[in-house]
Amino acid sequence: MRSSIRFLLGREMRELANFPPTTTVLDYLRGTERRCGTKEGCAEGDCGACTVVVGELQDGTMRYRAVNSCIQFLGTLDGKQLITVEDLAGNGELHPVQEAIATSNGSQCGFCTPGFVMSLFSAWATGQQLTRVALDDTLSGNLCRCTGYGTIVDAAASLAGRDRNDRFAQDSAATVERLAGLADAQDVAIEHGGMRFFAPATTERLADLLLDHPDATILAGGTDVGLWVTKQHRNLPVVISVLGIEALRASVLADGVLAFGAGVSLNAAALALSRYVPELGLLMRRFASAQIRNIGTLCGNIANGSPIGDLPPALIALGAEIVLRKGDRQRVLALQDYFLAYQKQDREPGEFVEAVRVPLPPAGALFRVHKVSKRRDEDISAVCAAHYVEIEDGRVAAVRLAYGGMAATPKRATAAEQSLLGQLWAEQAIRRAQEAMTEDFAPISDMRASAAYRMTVATNLLWRSFLEMDGADDTQIPDEWCLAHA
Amino acid sequence: MPKVIEKTLAAETIKGGVHQRIIHDSAFKHVTGQAQYVDDLPEPRELLHVFIAQSQRAHARLVKLDVEAVRRAPGVATVLTAADVPGENDFGHAHCGDEPVFASDTVVYFGQPIFAVAADTVANAREAARLAVVEYEDLEPILTVRQAMERKSFLGEPMQLVQGDWEAALAAAPHRAKGSIEVGGQEHFYLEGQASLALLREDGDVYIHCATQDPSAVQHMVARVLGRDANAVTIEVRRMGGAFGGKETGATQFASIAALVAVRTRRPAKVRLDRDDDMVMTGKRHDFCFDYDVGFDTDGRILSIDIVLMQRAGYSHDQSRPVLQRTIYNCDNAYFLPSARLTGYACRTNTQSNTAFRGFGSPQGNLVIERVMDEIAYALGKEPFDVRMANLYGESERNVTPYDWVLKDNILPRIVDEALEVSDFAARRQAVVAFNRQSRIVKRGIALMPLKYPVGFSARFLNQAGALVHIYQDGSIHLNHGGTEMGQGLFIKVAQVVAEEFQVDVDRIKITATVTDKVPNTTATAASSGTDMNGAAAQIAARAIKTRLIDFAAEHYKVGEEQIVFEPNRVRVGNQLIPFDALVKQAYENLISLSAFGYYRNPDIAVDPVTMKGRAYHYCCYGTAVVEVAIDTLTGENRVQRVDIVHDVGKSLNPTIDMGQLEGGFVQGMGWVTSEELVWDDRGRLRTHAPSTYKIPVCSDRPKELNMRLVDWSRNRENTVYRSKAIGEPPFNLAISVFNALTDAVASVGNYRFCPDLDAPATPERILMACDALRRRLAAEG
Repeated sequence: MRSSIRFLLGREMRELANFPPTTTVLDYLRGTERRCGTKEGCAEGDCGACTVVVGELQDGTMRYRAVNSCIQFLGTLDGKQLITVEDLAGNGELHPVQEAIATSNGSQCGFCTPGFVMSLFSAWATGQQLTRVALDDTLSGNLCRCTGYGTIVDAAASLAGRDRNDRFAQDSAATVERLAGLADAQDVAIEHGGMRFFAPATTERLADLLLDHPDATILAGGTDVGLWVTKQHRNLPVVISVLGIEALRASVLADGVLAFGAGVSLNAAALALSRYVPELGLLMRRFASAQIRNIGTLCGNIANGSPIGDLPPALIALGAEIVLRKGDRQRVLALQDYFLAYQKQDREPGEFVEAVRVPLPPAGALFRVHKVSKRRDEDISAVCAAHYVEIEDGRVAAVRLAYGGMAATPKRATAAEQSLLGQLWAEQAIRRAQEAMTEDFAPISDMRASAAYRMTVATNLLWRSFLEMDGADDTQIPDEWCLAHA
Repeated sequence: MPKVIEKTLAAETIKGGVHQRIIHDSAFKHVTGQAQYVDDLPEPRELLHVFIAQSQRAHARLVKLDVEAVRRAPGVATVLTAADVPGENDFGHAHCGDEPVFASDTVVYFGQPIFAVAADTVANAREAARLAVVEYEDLEPILTVRQAMERKSFLGEPMQLVQGDWEAALAAAPHRAKGSIEVGGQEHFYLEGQASLALLREDGDVYIHCATQDPSAVQHMVARVLGRDANAVTIEVRRMGGAFGGKETGATQFASIAALVAVRTRRPAKVRLDRDDDMVMTGKRHDFCFDYDVGFDTDGRILSIDIVLMQRAGYSHDQSRPVLQRTIYNCDNAYFLPSARLTGYACRTNTQSNTAFRGFGSPQGNLVIERVMDEIAYALGKEPFDVRMANLYGESERNVTPYDWVLKDNILPRIVDEALEVSDFAARRQAVVAFNRQSRIVKRGIALMPLKYPVGFSARFLNQAGALVHIYQDGSIHLNHGGTEMGQGLFIKVAQVVAEEFQVDVDRIKITATVTDKVPNTTATAASSGTDMNGAAAQIAARAIKTRLIDFAAEHYKVGEEQIVFEPNRVRVGNQLIPFDALVKQAYENLISLSAFGYYRNPDIAVDPVTMKGRAYHYCCYGTAVVEVAIDTLTGENRVQRVDIVHDVGKSLNPTIDMGQLEGGFVQGMGWVTSEELVWDDRGRLRTHAPSTYKIPVCSDRPKELNMRLVDWSRNRENTVYRSKAIGEPPFNLAISVFNALTDAVASVGNYRFCPDLDAPATPERILMACDALRRRLAAEG
């Protein structure tokens, strides 16, 4: 058991103990380190002005990810390298990313600029493509109100052919060695003013800790929990992070089922899902932003039961299951049964989501998923629809129509499903199912959409799925721009 | 910058003179994180952080406000309420008594500041604020424009501009069309929220680092709130992280609160709003309802128009009436209105007090006349483009605005021609129509929008500016002026003007923070006029020093003045070449003043306050945008596929900066007409108060193809600095073309027979609903 965290800030080692466990990385940087290059623009991980890069040792090499420092708790840096905009320039020279943005007129007011620099630096450092298609994705979590983005994209695209052997690449052997030296497989426990933060090293230890602290806040990527602190100003007396547990970070394919551990990031999950269920590639591409997907987890998106979580409808339609664990006891639920009511889930005190299992659709199964939102990228869906159909002899043999944004929980359109079962897979049946669907939902009007719009779109999307399952390719605005994962 | 004299004496041109393409002066500081904003300044010892507690009612009597428990909470240094304001409890620039720093007996919007807590940390201040006992007695709120119209809840008298015998012309017109359109507001969403750091100086004076576009006004308003003379308050602004109009009057309340805390506690105090607090408390772009009734001939030419403009002002005056005036003045956009009645109502509602925002009311005016063009086109079965051309202002006739200002510089016909050519509009229009005939779900739309954008402050007294230039003994130059830098590149442009005057490289010029004790009584950096006015003032200051240097050199070297020429980084005096720095040193040693104040004014703008007639502006910028979009008629989702812009900035002072403004302004305008939707609930609570719910354009929303051209042949016919024109706001209005193109795409659903009933912003929801309405109409009418 260690009662401090250790990490590299740029090239300097930091060891911190006795800090308030819900201190954000942003507040630490601006307050304690007086590194004011990193900005607060929204404190909810939606604008990217606070973007920093976190380096991590993975399979013996450095992996870099852009993250939103405003909602990242300091304790999660344990064993990692934190890189901020102040670290990039060295020996009186700008980093190529900085130079490109500056000389391409990529900054106006400059407030969002450090965040853009860091998002692009992460793409640079991870060897990502710097094509315009890829850059839409890389920059999906960075808002700029001045430039209209074109000059920033031009700047980044100008780097495409550059040798990426920068200071960080040159230092990487040393960095790997220093981080390897920090990996002691110890549990971490921080205490400050009655507040506690734990980062257990094993699943067993996590289960035990949760028995001791059944009401603890379970922290994975923190892209939701962070907001409880920065937006709702809630007091979280005990926080237990699952991110230090190697076993929970595995994605495993066995017997036609993809299983994701509680620590698997949305990006890691997206890679696996889009390989086996290509339809999910585009949904994952449009899920939040690059920064959020880098750190947010698939299980976390489900665990807190947001009614607007984009993944649950898709996973429900695929017939996914959720694995809950308390102490040594595991139980498995159909994912749809986990959501009880608005922000209420079937999870007992002391219990945690250990994994989600997604069965891959059998050959011949039809599956479409659609997300409709006010803005294409980095928005929460007004309606998310996932349609899964198996046809035998021209008739519907199995059907799951799952929706988000239509009820207080992700919900299946059971009346519409019933009307389709056994019917000939043809326009007439779809039209009847669309009508039946009005029995399934009574959506609300809110800032994202009106009830009437939601209902219309929900039924229209079923029509679209039908056309697309039938092979139509003219049902959507053709868009070669947003297929980064496909 | 090291001086290399040999090079200096040989250089052909200076680095950074006018018309050169150079990047923002702070670009390298931006990308390294070294550019300092208010919240980045080193925090002084004993600094207090302020949290502002807000009304939880849209309209109510404040029956009880007990903050005793707040005062006793951990870390709290002071709590301020309306009773603690030593001067006037009115921060309003309009000075109408309706903008209290803290509400006293009545709260008038959900989010209105009612008290402030200053503590050692923001968290402690926020936590303490929860301990207040606040009791309300609810009053009926007025939340919408239509409610305000019903209840005659107005700020001042209606404004009216009448041209010709509008009524007779309307009655006699062979064709008439009537309609309404709602146009939504817009959150500024400057990335840096409102911020003020107040420091106490001797005599109880206050020095405030403030993120504001209008330091002089903030200075005067803070002084009034403190009950002090203006000379006791100094405002400094190095840069802002975006402003867009939101940091003119918008900064004052928070600067006042920081000052009040500093004076009360004798400690430095910082107010920095987080995103939610900022969006909930501060005003936005005005939303409008428009009712129009237009009469036109068979060619689609407008004969007369009657427009009622209903503006949601919010709870107070702020700048709503000047904004409304500009909306009225810009209801013509690029079109000749031979007779018209334009009647504007500033509707007082129980919501945030709407304020300046890039375009200052003109985008809304432009948008309504663009809708009228479409309305006429569908009524006559004509192409929307043809109707626009039929109504376009002429160069020598049909060139009088409804306020009797004659357009003498109309270059729009030539610009439209260029836009038609570069965009291949005619062929693409045909292709779009053909595509729509065979496409069952996806529909495309294409539209052209000509723009006339008049520049200048209609309020005459605002057309003045000052600048202060020093040359130090080593030849380095200090530049200061009343304009503020919010990212638009004003500082570099003004520095280029000074560099050009002295013929020195621009990096010899230190660009310095705007401070009210250097240049007093400045006008807000607004109305796109920053460079026109501050550039001119700096030029005047530089010329004053230059004249002294010439006089000195003529006398010292015994040569005629005409033999003294400022060449790049040197001065030719007769047959001698003297490095600029050396001449400066000599001048200093010979008792020559190397500092000058430049004062610029433009007295030509004047309108009659009653009839609204006169010369409301200085000159016009012109531009044209051609936009193609695609919509999905199952969901209303949409994409901007291609944009071609041809635009006029006169002779550009800095094409790099101007192109940045053009693109950025356009995309910001796109957001306004597409995804940026403000939503209040029936209690008057703003539900879209953070980027999670309020959607400005993100990287992938930018037009898939964007071609921009600044015309190289235009010169400002007015005597502006180097015949340049303004750039800040006009590009924003060009984005209304996106709305026109979306309208066109929706119209295809009704086989182009009906004008779509589409309000702004054209969210996916509004687009789908407009499509469905056309489908129903088509079915009903066969």
